[in-house]
Amino acid sequence: MKANGTVFKYGDNVDTDVIIPARYLNSSDPAELAAHCMEDIDKDFIHNVKKGDIIVADKNFGCGSSREHAPIAIKAAGVSCVIAETFARIFYRNAINIGLPIIECPEASGGIENGDQVEVNFDSGMIYNRTKGTQFKGQAFPEFMQKIIAAEGLINYINQK
Amino acid sequence: MGMTMTQKILAAAAGLDSVEAGQLIEADLDLVLGNDITSPVAIHEMDKFKEEKVFDKDKIALVMDHFIPNKDIKSAEHCKCVREFACKHEITNYFDVGEMGIEHALLPEKGLTVAGDVIIGADSHTCTYGALGAFSTGVGSTDMAAGMATGKAWFKVPSAIRFNLTGKPSKWVSGKDVILHIIGMIGVDGALYKSMEFVGDGVANLSMDDRFTIANMAIEAGGKNGIFPVDDKTVAYMKEHSRRSFKVYEADPDAVYDEEYTIDLSALKPTVAFPHLPENTHTIDEIGEDIVIDQAVIGSCTNGRIDDLRTAAEILKGRKVKKGVRCIVIPATQAVYLQAMEEGLLKIFIEAGAVVSTPTCGPCLGGYMGILADKERCISTTNRNFVGRMGHVGSEVYLASPAVAAASAVTGKISSPAELGL
Repeated sequence: MKANGTVFKYGDNVDTDVIIPARYLNSSDPAELAAHCMEDIDKDFIHNVKKGDIIVADKNFGCGSSREHAPIAIKAAGVSCVIAETFARIFYRNAINIGLPIIECPEASGGIENGDQVEVNFDSGMIYNRTKGTQFKGQAFPEFMQKIIAAEGLINYINQK
Repeated sequence: MGMTMTQKILAAAAGLDSVEAGQLIEADLDLVLGNDITSPVAIHEMDKFKEEKVFDKDKIALVMDHFIPNKDIKSAEHCKCVREFACKHEITNYFDVGEMGIEHALLPEKGLTVAGDVIIGADSHTCTYGALGAFSTGVGSTDMAAGMATGKAWFKVPSAIRFNLTGKPSKWVSGKDVILHIIGMIGVDGALYKSMEFVGDGVANLSMDDRFTIANMAIEAGGKNGIFPVDDKTVAYMKEHSRRSFKVYEADPDAVYDEEYTIDLSALKPTVAFPHLPENTHTIDEIGEDIVIDQAVIGSCTNGRIDDLRTAAEILKGRKVKKGVRCIVIPATQAVYLQAMEEGLLKIFIEAGAVVSTPTCGPCLGGYMGILADKERCISTTNRNFVGRMGHVGSEVYLASPAVAAASAVTGKISSPAELGL
Protein backbone atom coordinates (compact mmCIF):
# COMPACT_ATOMS: atom_id res chain seq x y z
CA MET A 1 0.00 0.00 0.00
CA LYS A 2 1.36 3.41 -0.95
CA ALA A 3 0.54 7.09 -0.60
CA ASN A 4 1.76 9.77 -2.95
CA GLY A 5 0.94 13.45 -2.76
CA THR A 6 1.69 17.06 -1.97
CA VAL A 7 2.52 17.93 1.60
CA PHE A 8 0.61 20.31 3.87
CA LYS A 9 3.04 21.08 6.69
CA TYR A 10 2.04 22.14 10.22
CA GLY A 11 3.87 22.71 13.52
CA ASP A 12 3.61 21.43 17.09
CA ASN A 13 0.40 20.62 19.02
CA VAL A 14 -2.14 20.75 16.19
CA ASP A 15 -5.22 20.11 18.34
CA THR A 16 -8.48 18.46 17.39
CA ASP A 17 -10.32 21.76 17.92
CA VAL A 18 -8.50 23.26 14.94
CA ILE A 19 -8.67 20.04 12.91
CA ILE A 20 -12.46 20.20 13.24
CA PRO A 21 -13.92 22.98 15.43
CA ALA A 22 -16.64 21.93 17.89
CA ARG A 23 -19.12 24.33 16.28
CA TYR A 24 -19.38 21.76 13.47
CA LEU A 25 -19.75 18.72 15.75
CA ASN A 26 -23.51 18.89 15.52
CA SER A 27 -22.88 16.83 12.39
CA SER A 28 -21.18 13.46 12.04
CA ASP A 29 -21.37 13.37 8.24
CA PRO A 30 -17.79 12.86 6.91
CA ALA A 31 -18.24 15.14 3.87
CA GLU A 32 -19.69 17.95 5.99
CA LEU A 33 -16.87 17.60 8.53
CA ALA A 34 -14.26 17.56 5.75
CA ALA A 35 -15.59 20.87 4.42
CA HIS A 36 -14.35 22.55 7.65
CA CYS A 37 -11.17 20.51 8.17
CA MET A 38 -8.24 22.64 9.49
CA GLU A 39 -10.15 25.89 8.87
CA ASP A 40 -9.14 27.55 12.13
CA ILE A 41 -5.41 27.29 11.35
CA ASP A 42 -5.44 27.07 7.55
CA LYS A 43 -8.47 28.50 5.75
CA ASP A 44 -7.06 27.48 2.37
CA PHE A 45 -6.45 23.82 3.23
CA ILE A 46 -9.81 22.50 2.13
CA HIS A 47 -9.68 24.50 -1.13
CA ASN A 48 -6.19 23.29 -2.04
CA VAL A 49 -6.10 19.70 -0.81
CA LYS A 50 -6.31 17.02 -3.49
CA LYS A 51 -7.08 13.34 -3.08
CA GLY A 52 -3.95 11.55 -1.93
CA ASP A 53 -2.22 14.55 -0.36
CA ILE A 54 -0.26 14.16 2.86
CA ILE A 55 -0.21 16.09 6.16
CA VAL A 56 3.16 16.38 7.89
CA ALA A 57 3.42 17.90 11.38
CA ASP A 58 5.77 18.23 14.31
CA LYS A 59 5.08 17.14 17.91
CA ASN A 60 1.81 15.98 19.52
CA PHE A 61 -0.47 16.04 16.46
CA GLY A 62 -4.15 15.59 17.34
CA CYS A 63 -3.93 16.62 21.00
CA GLY A 64 -7.03 17.58 22.94
CA SER A 65 -10.52 16.21 22.52
CA SER A 66 -11.24 12.54 21.74
CA ARG A 67 -13.49 13.47 18.81
CA GLU A 68 -13.14 10.80 16.13
CA HIS A 69 -14.57 13.48 13.87
CA ALA A 70 -10.96 14.76 13.56
CA PRO A 71 -9.40 11.79 11.74
CA ILE A 72 -12.74 11.28 9.93
CA ALA A 73 -12.57 14.87 8.59
CA ILE A 74 -8.93 14.46 7.51
CA LYS A 75 -9.66 11.16 5.77
CA ALA A 76 -12.80 12.49 4.08
CA ALA A 77 -10.85 15.54 2.88
CA GLY A 78 -8.83 13.10 0.77
CA VAL A 79 -5.65 12.96 2.85
CA SER A 80 -3.89 9.64 2.36
CA CYS A 81 -1.48 9.74 5.29
CA VAL A 82 -0.43 11.85 8.29
CA ILE A 83 3.24 11.89 9.28
CA ALA A 84 4.26 13.51 12.58
CA GLU A 85 7.09 13.59 15.06
CA THR A 86 4.62 12.31 17.67
CA PHE A 87 0.85 11.88 17.90
CA ALA A 88 -1.46 12.43 20.87
CA ARG A 89 -2.57 8.98 22.00
CA ILE A 90 -6.34 9.20 21.47
CA PHE A 91 -5.86 10.55 17.93
CA TYR A 92 -3.40 7.72 17.27
CA ARG A 93 -5.94 5.08 18.35
CA ASN A 94 -8.76 6.75 16.46
CA ALA A 95 -6.79 6.98 13.21
CA ILE A 96 -5.95 3.27 13.32
CA ASN A 97 -9.50 2.36 14.29
CA ILE A 98 -10.99 4.16 11.29
CA GLY A 99 -8.24 3.17 8.86
CA LEU A 100 -6.42 6.50 8.37
CA PRO A 101 -2.72 5.64 7.91
CA ILE A 102 -0.42 7.56 10.26
CA ILE A 103 3.32 7.30 10.79
CA GLU A 104 5.54 8.59 13.58
CA CYS A 105 8.87 9.74 12.16
CA PRO A 106 10.77 12.68 13.76
CA GLU A 107 13.35 12.76 10.93
CA ALA A 108 10.70 12.99 8.21
CA SER A 109 8.86 15.72 10.04
CA GLY A 110 12.10 17.71 10.19
CA GLY A 111 13.10 17.00 6.58
CA ILE A 112 9.84 17.76 4.76
CA GLU A 113 8.52 21.22 3.88
CA ASN A 114 5.15 22.54 2.81
CA GLY A 115 4.51 21.72 -0.86
CA ASP A 116 7.06 18.89 -1.12
CA GLN A 117 6.07 15.80 -3.11
CA VAL A 118 6.22 12.80 -0.80
CA GLU A 119 5.69 9.08 -1.29
CA VAL A 120 5.05 6.66 1.57
CA ASN A 121 5.32 2.88 1.42
CA PHE A 122 3.24 1.53 4.30
CA ASP A 123 4.61 -2.01 4.00
CA SER A 124 8.22 -0.98 4.42
CA GLY A 125 7.58 2.17 6.46
CA MET A 126 9.77 4.13 4.02
CA ILE A 127 9.04 7.80 3.37
CA TYR A 128 10.53 9.37 0.20
CA ASN A 129 10.77 13.12 -0.27
CA ARG A 130 10.73 13.26 -4.10
CA THR A 131 11.24 17.05 -4.13
CA LYS A 132 14.43 16.93 -2.08
CA GLY A 133 15.60 13.43 -3.04
CA THR A 134 15.80 12.29 0.58
CA GLN A 135 14.32 9.30 2.39
CA PHE A 136 13.36 8.39 5.95
CA LYS A 137 12.41 5.21 7.79
CA GLY A 138 9.14 5.55 9.71
CA GLN A 139 8.20 3.52 12.76
CA ALA A 140 6.45 0.28 11.77
CA PHE A 141 3.15 -0.63 13.46
CA PRO A 142 3.05 -3.53 15.93
CA GLU A 143 1.59 -6.68 14.31
CA PHE A 144 -1.66 -6.27 16.24
CA MET A 145 -2.27 -2.82 14.77
CA GLN A 146 -1.30 -3.99 11.28
CA LYS A 147 -4.11 -6.52 11.54
CA ILE A 148 -6.61 -3.77 12.42
CA ILE A 149 -5.42 -1.66 9.49
CA ALA A 150 -5.50 -4.66 7.12
CA ALA A 151 -9.10 -5.33 8.20
CA GLU A 152 -9.87 -1.65 7.44
CA GLY A 153 -10.79 -0.80 10.97
CA LEU A 154 -11.38 -2.18 14.45
CA ILE A 155 -14.98 -3.33 13.97
CA ASN A 156 -14.14 -5.42 10.90
CA TYR A 157 -11.18 -6.87 12.81
CA ILE A 158 -13.46 -7.89 15.69
CA ASN A 159 -15.95 -9.36 13.22
CA GLN A 160 -13.17 -11.45 11.69
CA LYS A 161 -12.00 -12.84 15.05
CA MET B 1 10.02 -5.84 38.50
CA GLY B 2 7.34 -4.00 40.48
CA MET B 3 4.22 -2.56 38.91
CA THR B 4 2.73 0.91 39.12
CA MET B 5 -0.83 1.36 40.44
CA THR B 6 -2.13 1.63 36.86
CA GLN B 7 -0.26 -1.47 35.74
CA LYS B 8 -1.71 -3.49 38.64
CA ILE B 9 -5.27 -2.54 37.72
CA LEU B 10 -4.66 -3.36 34.04
CA ALA B 11 -3.02 -6.70 34.88
CA ALA B 12 -6.04 -7.73 36.95
CA ALA B 13 -8.47 -6.66 34.23
CA ALA B 14 -6.50 -8.62 31.63
CA GLY B 15 -6.40 -11.73 33.86
CA LEU B 16 -2.61 -11.61 34.09
CA ASP B 17 -0.29 -11.90 37.11
CA SER B 18 1.85 -9.06 35.87
CA VAL B 19 2.28 -6.69 32.96
CA GLU B 20 5.06 -4.36 31.89
CA ALA B 21 5.20 -1.06 30.07
CA GLY B 22 4.74 -1.40 26.32
CA GLN B 23 2.88 -4.72 26.51
CA LEU B 24 -0.34 -4.97 24.47
CA ILE B 25 -3.22 -6.39 26.48
CA GLU B 26 -6.95 -6.91 26.21
CA ALA B 27 -8.78 -5.87 29.36
CA ASP B 28 -12.33 -6.37 30.67
CA LEU B 29 -14.24 -3.12 31.05
CA ASP B 30 -16.33 -2.06 34.04
CA LEU B 31 -17.92 0.88 32.24
CA VAL B 32 -18.16 2.27 28.70
CA LEU B 33 -19.14 5.93 28.40
CA GLY B 34 -20.32 8.17 25.59
CA ASN B 35 -21.90 11.61 25.20
CA ASP B 36 -24.21 13.29 22.69
CA ILE B 37 -21.34 14.15 20.31
CA THR B 38 -19.39 10.90 20.33
CA SER B 39 -22.18 8.33 20.85
CA PRO B 40 -23.95 8.86 17.49
CA VAL B 41 -20.70 8.03 15.67
CA ALA B 42 -20.29 4.93 17.87
CA ILE B 43 -23.90 3.86 17.31
CA HIS B 44 -23.35 4.16 13.56
CA GLU B 45 -20.23 1.97 13.91
CA MET B 46 -22.30 -0.62 15.82
CA ASP B 47 -24.23 -1.20 12.57
CA LYS B 48 -21.13 -2.89 11.16
CA PHE B 49 -21.25 -5.69 13.71
CA LYS B 50 -22.71 -8.95 12.47
CA GLU B 51 -25.08 -8.87 15.42
CA GLU B 52 -25.93 -5.55 17.10
CA LYS B 53 -26.07 -6.17 20.83
CA VAL B 54 -24.48 -4.64 23.90
CA PHE B 55 -22.31 -6.66 26.29
CA ASP B 56 -24.05 -5.45 29.47
CA LYS B 57 -26.83 -2.88 29.59
CA ASP B 58 -25.81 -1.92 33.15
CA LYS B 59 -22.19 -1.16 32.22
CA ILE B 60 -22.81 1.46 29.57
CA ALA B 61 -23.38 5.13 30.41
CA LEU B 62 -24.81 7.52 27.82
CA VAL B 63 -24.83 11.12 28.99
CA MET B 64 -26.38 13.91 26.96
CA ASP B 65 -24.31 16.88 28.11
CA HIS B 66 -22.47 18.76 25.37
CA PHE B 67 -25.19 20.47 23.33
CA ILE B 68 -28.26 19.98 25.48
CA PRO B 69 -30.94 21.09 26.03
CA ASN B 70 -30.55 20.82 22.26
CA LYS B 71 -28.96 23.94 20.83
CA ASP B 72 -30.13 23.34 17.25
CA ILE B 73 -31.83 20.84 14.97
CA LYS B 74 -28.72 18.83 14.20
CA SER B 75 -27.93 18.44 17.91
CA ALA B 76 -31.51 17.38 18.50
CA GLU B 77 -31.13 14.68 15.82
CA HIS B 78 -27.96 13.42 17.54
CA CYS B 79 -29.67 13.19 20.92
CA LYS B 80 -32.66 11.47 19.33
CA CYS B 81 -30.35 8.87 17.80
CA VAL B 82 -28.79 8.13 21.21
CA ARG B 83 -32.15 8.17 22.99
CA GLU B 84 -33.55 5.58 20.58
CA PHE B 85 -30.46 3.41 20.95
CA ALA B 86 -30.70 3.60 24.76
CA CYS B 87 -34.35 2.67 24.62
CA LYS B 88 -33.82 -0.21 22.18
CA HIS B 89 -31.01 -1.74 24.26
CA GLU B 90 -32.58 -0.86 27.62
CA ILE B 91 -29.45 1.01 28.72
CA THR B 92 -29.79 1.50 32.48
CA ASN B 93 -27.55 4.53 32.77
CA TYR B 94 -28.92 6.85 30.11
CA PHE B 95 -29.04 10.44 31.34
CA ASP B 96 -31.08 13.03 29.47
CA VAL B 97 -32.43 16.51 30.28
CA GLY B 98 -33.64 16.61 33.87
CA GLU B 99 -31.36 13.84 35.09
CA MET B 100 -28.15 14.63 33.30
CA GLY B 101 -25.04 16.43 34.41
CA ILE B 102 -21.65 16.91 32.85
CA GLU B 103 -20.55 13.31 32.45
CA HIS B 104 -17.34 13.38 34.52
CA ALA B 105 -19.05 15.06 37.45
CA LEU B 106 -22.18 12.93 37.09
CA LEU B 107 -20.81 9.38 37.00
CA PRO B 108 -18.86 9.49 40.30
CA GLU B 109 -21.83 11.26 41.92
CA LYS B 110 -24.15 8.47 40.73
CA GLY B 111 -21.73 5.89 42.12
CA LEU B 112 -21.00 4.37 38.71
CA THR B 113 -17.21 4.67 39.02
CA VAL B 114 -15.23 3.21 41.92
CA ALA B 115 -11.66 2.29 42.81
CA GLY B 116 -10.15 -0.56 40.79
CA ASP B 117 -12.47 -0.08 37.80
CA VAL B 118 -11.29 -0.09 34.20
CA ILE B 119 -13.29 2.55 32.33
CA ILE B 120 -13.19 3.85 28.77
CA GLY B 121 -15.15 6.83 27.57
CA ALA B 122 -15.52 8.52 24.22
CA ASP B 123 -14.53 11.81 25.77
CA SER B 124 -10.96 12.81 26.48
CA HIS B 125 -11.66 13.88 30.06
CA THR B 126 -12.69 10.35 31.02
CA CYS B 127 -9.37 10.31 32.92
CA THR B 128 -11.24 12.13 35.74
CA TYR B 129 -12.17 8.89 37.59
CA GLY B 130 -8.51 8.28 38.43
CA ALA B 131 -9.29 10.52 41.41
CA LEU B 132 -11.12 7.51 42.87
CA GLY B 133 -8.27 5.07 42.20
CA ALA B 134 -9.75 3.71 38.96
CA PHE B 135 -8.01 3.30 35.60
CA SER B 136 -9.97 5.43 33.19
CA THR B 137 -9.04 6.85 29.83
CA GLY B 138 -10.48 8.63 26.85
CA VAL B 139 -10.98 6.86 23.53
CA GLY B 140 -12.79 7.55 20.28
CA SER B 141 -16.19 6.47 19.06
CA THR B 142 -15.00 3.27 17.36
CA ASP B 143 -13.37 2.08 20.58
CA MET B 144 -16.57 2.98 22.37
CA ALA B 145 -18.59 0.89 19.89
CA ALA B 146 -16.25 -2.07 20.28
CA GLY B 147 -16.42 -1.67 24.08
CA MET B 148 -20.21 -1.57 24.06
CA ALA B 149 -20.35 -4.72 21.94
CA THR B 150 -17.61 -6.81 23.53
CA GLY B 151 -16.97 -5.38 27.02
CA LYS B 152 -13.29 -5.34 26.20
CA ALA B 153 -10.65 -2.91 24.94
CA TRP B 154 -7.03 -3.19 23.89
CA PHE B 155 -4.40 -1.14 25.67
CA LYS B 156 -0.69 -0.60 25.45
CA VAL B 157 0.41 -0.79 29.08
CA PRO B 158 1.73 2.68 29.97
CA SER B 159 4.86 3.62 31.85
CA ALA B 160 4.39 6.28 34.50
CA ILE B 161 5.52 9.58 35.93
CA ARG B 162 5.25 9.91 39.70
CA PHE B 163 4.26 13.23 41.26
CA ASN B 164 5.07 13.31 44.95
CA LEU B 165 2.81 15.95 46.49
CA THR B 166 3.82 17.36 49.88
CA GLY B 167 2.47 20.04 52.18
CA LYS B 168 -0.84 21.86 52.31
CA PRO B 169 -2.07 24.37 49.73
CA SER B 170 -2.81 27.89 50.95
CA LYS B 171 -6.32 29.37 51.14
CA TRP B 172 -6.90 30.34 47.48
CA VAL B 173 -4.86 27.53 45.91
CA SER B 174 -6.93 24.60 44.62
CA GLY B 175 -6.58 21.43 42.58
CA LYS B 176 -6.78 23.57 39.43
CA ASP B 177 -3.63 25.45 40.41
CA VAL B 178 -1.85 22.16 41.17
CA ILE B 179 -2.57 20.67 37.74
CA LEU B 180 -1.91 23.92 35.85
CA HIS B 181 1.44 24.15 37.67
CA ILE B 182 2.26 20.57 36.63
CA ILE B 183 1.25 21.10 32.99
CA GLY B 184 3.30 24.30 32.92
CA MET B 185 6.24 22.32 34.23
CA ILE B 186 6.13 19.26 31.93
CA GLY B 187 4.28 20.66 28.88
CA VAL B 188 1.21 19.58 26.93
CA ASP B 189 2.98 16.43 25.75
CA GLY B 190 5.05 15.92 28.90
CA ALA B 191 3.16 12.76 29.86
CA LEU B 192 2.40 11.53 26.32
CA TYR B 193 1.17 7.89 26.40
CA LYS B 194 1.99 7.72 30.16
CA SER B 195 0.22 7.44 33.51
CA MET B 196 0.44 10.35 35.90
CA GLU B 197 0.46 8.88 39.40
CA PHE B 198 -0.12 11.40 42.19
CA VAL B 199 1.16 10.27 45.60
CA GLY B 200 2.60 11.67 48.83
CA ASP B 201 1.41 13.09 52.13
CA GLY B 202 0.04 16.19 50.38
CA VAL B 203 -2.75 14.12 48.80
CA ALA B 204 -4.54 14.01 52.18
CA ASN B 205 -4.76 17.82 52.03
CA LEU B 206 -6.68 17.74 48.75
CA SER B 207 -10.47 17.38 48.73
CA MET B 208 -12.08 14.84 46.43
CA ASP B 209 -13.21 17.73 44.22
CA ASP B 210 -9.58 18.92 44.01
CA ARG B 211 -8.50 15.41 43.01
CA PHE B 212 -11.21 15.16 40.33
CA THR B 213 -9.93 18.44 38.87
CA ILE B 214 -6.32 17.23 38.85
CA ALA B 215 -7.06 13.82 37.32
CA ASN B 216 -9.43 15.49 34.81
CA MET B 217 -6.62 17.50 33.25
CA ALA B 218 -4.06 14.66 32.97
CA ILE B 219 -5.02 14.58 29.28
CA GLU B 220 -3.85 18.20 28.92
CA ALA B 221 -0.32 16.94 29.60
CA GLY B 222 -0.88 14.16 27.04
CA GLY B 223 -1.35 11.58 29.80
CA LYS B 224 -3.15 8.30 29.24
CA ASN B 225 -4.56 8.50 32.75
CA GLY B 226 -4.09 10.30 36.03
CA ILE B 227 -4.52 8.34 39.24
CA PHE B 228 -4.59 8.85 43.01
CA PRO B 229 -4.14 6.30 45.80
CA VAL B 230 -7.26 5.37 47.75
CA ASP B 231 -7.42 6.94 51.23
CA ASP B 232 -10.07 7.68 53.88
CA LYS B 233 -11.53 10.53 51.82
CA THR B 234 -11.87 8.29 48.76
CA VAL B 235 -13.56 5.55 50.73
CA ALA B 236 -15.93 8.01 52.40
CA TYR B 237 -16.84 9.48 48.97
CA MET B 238 -17.51 6.04 47.46
CA LYS B 239 -19.58 4.89 50.44
CA GLU B 240 -21.67 8.05 50.22
CA HIS B 241 -22.30 7.74 46.49
CA SER B 242 -22.05 4.08 45.50
CA ARG B 243 -23.33 0.69 46.48
CA ARG B 244 -20.78 -1.04 44.28
CA SER B 245 -17.86 -2.94 45.82
CA PHE B 246 -14.47 -1.45 45.10
CA LYS B 247 -10.94 -2.79 44.98
CA VAL B 248 -7.91 -0.93 46.26
CA TYR B 249 -4.64 -1.28 44.35
CA GLU B 250 -1.31 0.16 45.44
CA ALA B 251 1.88 0.61 43.47
CA ASP B 252 4.63 -1.86 44.35
CA PRO B 253 7.46 -0.33 46.41
CA ASP B 254 9.89 -1.25 43.62
CA ALA B 255 7.69 0.06 40.77
CA VAL B 256 9.70 1.82 38.09
CA TYR B 257 8.87 5.38 36.98
CA ASP B 258 10.17 7.22 33.92
CA GLU B 259 10.40 10.43 35.91
CA GLU B 260 9.65 11.66 39.41
CA TYR B 261 8.75 15.14 40.59
CA THR B 262 8.20 16.51 44.08
CA ILE B 263 5.75 19.38 44.42
CA ASP B 264 5.36 21.36 47.63
CA LEU B 265 1.69 22.34 47.61
CA SER B 266 2.28 25.04 50.22
CA ALA B 267 4.57 26.86 47.77
CA LEU B 268 2.02 27.01 44.92
CA LYS B 269 0.24 30.22 43.96
CA PRO B 270 -2.93 30.81 41.97
CA THR B 271 -1.95 29.96 38.40
CA VAL B 272 -3.31 31.05 35.02
CA ALA B 273 -2.73 29.39 31.62
CA PHE B 274 -2.50 31.98 28.86
CA PRO B 275 -3.68 31.37 25.28
CA HIS B 276 -3.39 29.12 23.38
CA LEU B 277 -2.02 26.14 25.30
CA PRO B 278 -2.61 24.91 28.87
CA GLU B 279 1.19 24.83 29.34
CA ASN B 280 1.51 28.63 29.01
CA THR B 281 1.22 29.13 32.75
CA HIS B 282 2.01 32.16 34.90
CA THR B 283 1.43 32.56 38.61
CA ILE B 284 -0.96 35.38 39.33
CA ASP B 285 1.75 37.56 40.89
CA GLU B 286 3.87 37.30 37.74
CA ILE B 287 1.23 39.00 35.62
CA GLY B 288 2.41 42.58 35.46
CA GLU B 289 -0.06 44.07 32.99
CA ASP B 290 -3.84 44.43 33.27
CA ILE B 291 -5.53 41.69 31.26
CA VAL B 292 -9.04 43.01 30.78
CA ILE B 293 -11.76 40.37 30.34
CA ASP B 294 -15.15 40.28 28.64
CA GLN B 295 -16.42 37.06 30.18
CA ALA B 296 -15.85 34.70 33.11
CA VAL B 297 -17.02 31.08 32.97
CA ILE B 298 -17.24 29.06 36.18
CA GLY B 299 -18.18 25.44 35.53
CA SER B 300 -17.29 22.38 33.35
CA CYS B 301 -16.16 18.82 34.08
CA THR B 302 -13.00 20.38 35.50
CA ASN B 303 -14.50 22.89 37.95
CA GLY B 304 -18.30 22.69 38.15
CA ARG B 305 -18.56 20.78 41.46
CA ILE B 306 -19.93 22.05 44.76
CA ASP B 307 -16.53 23.01 46.22
CA ASP B 308 -15.90 25.11 43.12
CA LEU B 309 -19.23 26.92 43.42
CA ARG B 310 -18.72 27.50 47.17
CA THR B 311 -15.35 29.10 46.45
CA ALA B 312 -16.79 31.32 43.72
CA ALA B 313 -19.70 32.32 45.98
CA GLU B 314 -17.36 33.16 48.85
CA ILE B 315 -15.72 35.72 46.57
CA LEU B 316 -18.86 37.02 44.84
CA LYS B 317 -20.91 37.38 48.06
CA GLY B 318 -21.81 41.03 48.55
CA ARG B 319 -19.85 42.05 45.44
CA LYS B 320 -20.87 42.86 41.89
CA VAL B 321 -19.65 41.51 38.58
CA LYS B 322 -17.90 44.41 36.82
CA LYS B 323 -20.17 46.27 34.40
CA GLY B 324 -19.50 44.97 30.90
CA VAL B 325 -18.33 41.53 32.03
CA ARG B 326 -20.56 38.48 31.51
CA CYS B 327 -20.18 35.99 34.35
CA ILE B 328 -21.64 32.56 33.57
CA VAL B 329 -21.94 29.97 36.34
CA ILE B 330 -22.71 26.39 35.33
CA PRO B 331 -23.32 23.81 38.07
CA ALA B 332 -22.03 20.51 36.68
CA THR B 333 -24.97 18.34 37.69
CA GLN B 334 -28.57 18.62 38.84
CA ALA B 335 -27.48 17.54 42.34
CA VAL B 336 -24.79 20.24 42.44
CA TYR B 337 -27.39 22.75 41.20
CA LEU B 338 -29.83 21.74 43.93
CA GLN B 339 -27.20 21.81 46.65
CA ALA B 340 -26.00 25.23 45.48
CA MET B 341 -29.59 26.41 45.69
CA GLU B 342 -30.11 25.01 49.20
CA GLU B 343 -26.87 26.57 50.40
CA GLY B 344 -27.91 29.96 49.00
CA LEU B 345 -25.09 30.07 46.46
CA LEU B 346 -27.37 30.71 43.49
CA LYS B 347 -28.80 33.76 45.23
CA ILE B 348 -25.29 35.09 45.74
CA PHE B 349 -24.46 34.55 42.05
CA ILE B 350 -27.62 36.20 40.80
CA GLU B 351 -27.36 39.14 43.19
CA ALA B 352 -23.77 39.63 42.03
CA GLY B 353 -24.98 39.89 38.44
CA ALA B 354 -23.91 36.46 37.22
CA VAL B 355 -26.17 34.10 35.27
CA VAL B 356 -26.70 30.49 36.30
CA SER B 357 -27.18 27.89 33.57
CA THR B 358 -28.53 24.36 33.50
CA PRO B 359 -25.68 21.78 33.48
CA THR B 360 -23.96 21.68 30.08
CA CYS B 361 -20.49 21.55 28.54
CA GLY B 362 -21.73 24.48 26.42
CA PRO B 363 -19.13 27.25 26.30
CA CYS B 364 -16.10 25.11 27.22
CA LEU B 365 -15.86 23.76 23.68
CA GLY B 366 -17.46 26.71 21.94
CA GLY B 367 -20.78 24.90 21.65
CA TYR B 368 -23.24 27.48 22.94
CA MET B 369 -24.16 29.41 26.12
CA GLY B 370 -21.25 31.84 26.12
CA ILE B 371 -19.55 32.01 22.71
CA LEU B 372 -16.87 34.66 22.25
CA ALA B 373 -16.66 37.25 19.46
CA ASP B 374 -13.47 38.30 17.68
CA LYS B 375 -10.86 39.76 20.07
CA GLU B 376 -12.95 38.94 23.15
CA ARG B 377 -11.24 37.50 26.18
CA CYS B 378 -12.55 35.03 28.76
CA ILE B 379 -11.20 33.81 32.08
CA SER B 380 -12.48 30.28 32.44
CA THR B 381 -12.34 27.38 34.87
CA THR B 382 -12.51 24.97 31.93
CA ASN B 383 -9.64 22.84 30.63
CA ARG B 384 -8.58 24.03 27.17
CA ASN B 385 -7.55 27.37 25.71
CA PHE B 386 -6.78 26.31 22.14
CA VAL B 387 -7.29 28.66 19.18
CA GLY B 388 -11.04 29.17 18.68
CA ARG B 389 -11.94 26.85 21.57
CA MET B 390 -14.70 29.08 22.95
CA GLY B 391 -15.75 30.80 19.73
CA HIS B 392 -14.10 33.11 17.21
CA VAL B 393 -10.54 32.19 16.20
CA GLY B 394 -9.55 35.69 17.26
CA SER B 395 -10.86 35.23 20.83
CA GLU B 396 -8.77 34.26 23.83
CA VAL B 397 -9.31 31.89 26.77
CA TYR B 398 -7.32 32.09 30.01
CA LEU B 399 -7.60 29.03 32.25
CA ALA B 400 -7.76 29.46 36.02
CA SER B 401 -9.38 28.29 39.25
CA PRO B 402 -12.91 29.25 40.36
CA ALA B 403 -11.34 31.65 42.89
CA VAL B 404 -9.39 33.54 40.23
CA ALA B 405 -12.29 33.49 37.76
CA ALA B 406 -14.69 34.91 40.37
CA ALA B 407 -12.25 37.59 41.51
CA SER B 408 -11.58 38.53 37.89
CA ALA B 409 -15.32 38.81 37.22
CA VAL B 410 -15.49 41.44 39.96
CA THR B 411 -12.46 43.49 38.91
CA GLY B 412 -12.93 43.05 35.16
CA LYS B 413 -9.32 41.98 34.73
CA ILE B 414 -7.41 38.85 35.66
CA SER B 415 -7.07 39.10 39.43
CA SER B 416 -6.38 37.09 42.53
CA PRO B 417 -8.82 37.10 45.47
CA ALA B 418 -6.07 38.97 47.36
CA GLU B 419 -6.79 42.00 45.18
CA LEU B 420 -10.25 42.12 46.76
CA GLY B 421 -8.71 42.07 50.22
CA LEU B 422 -9.59 38.40 50.69
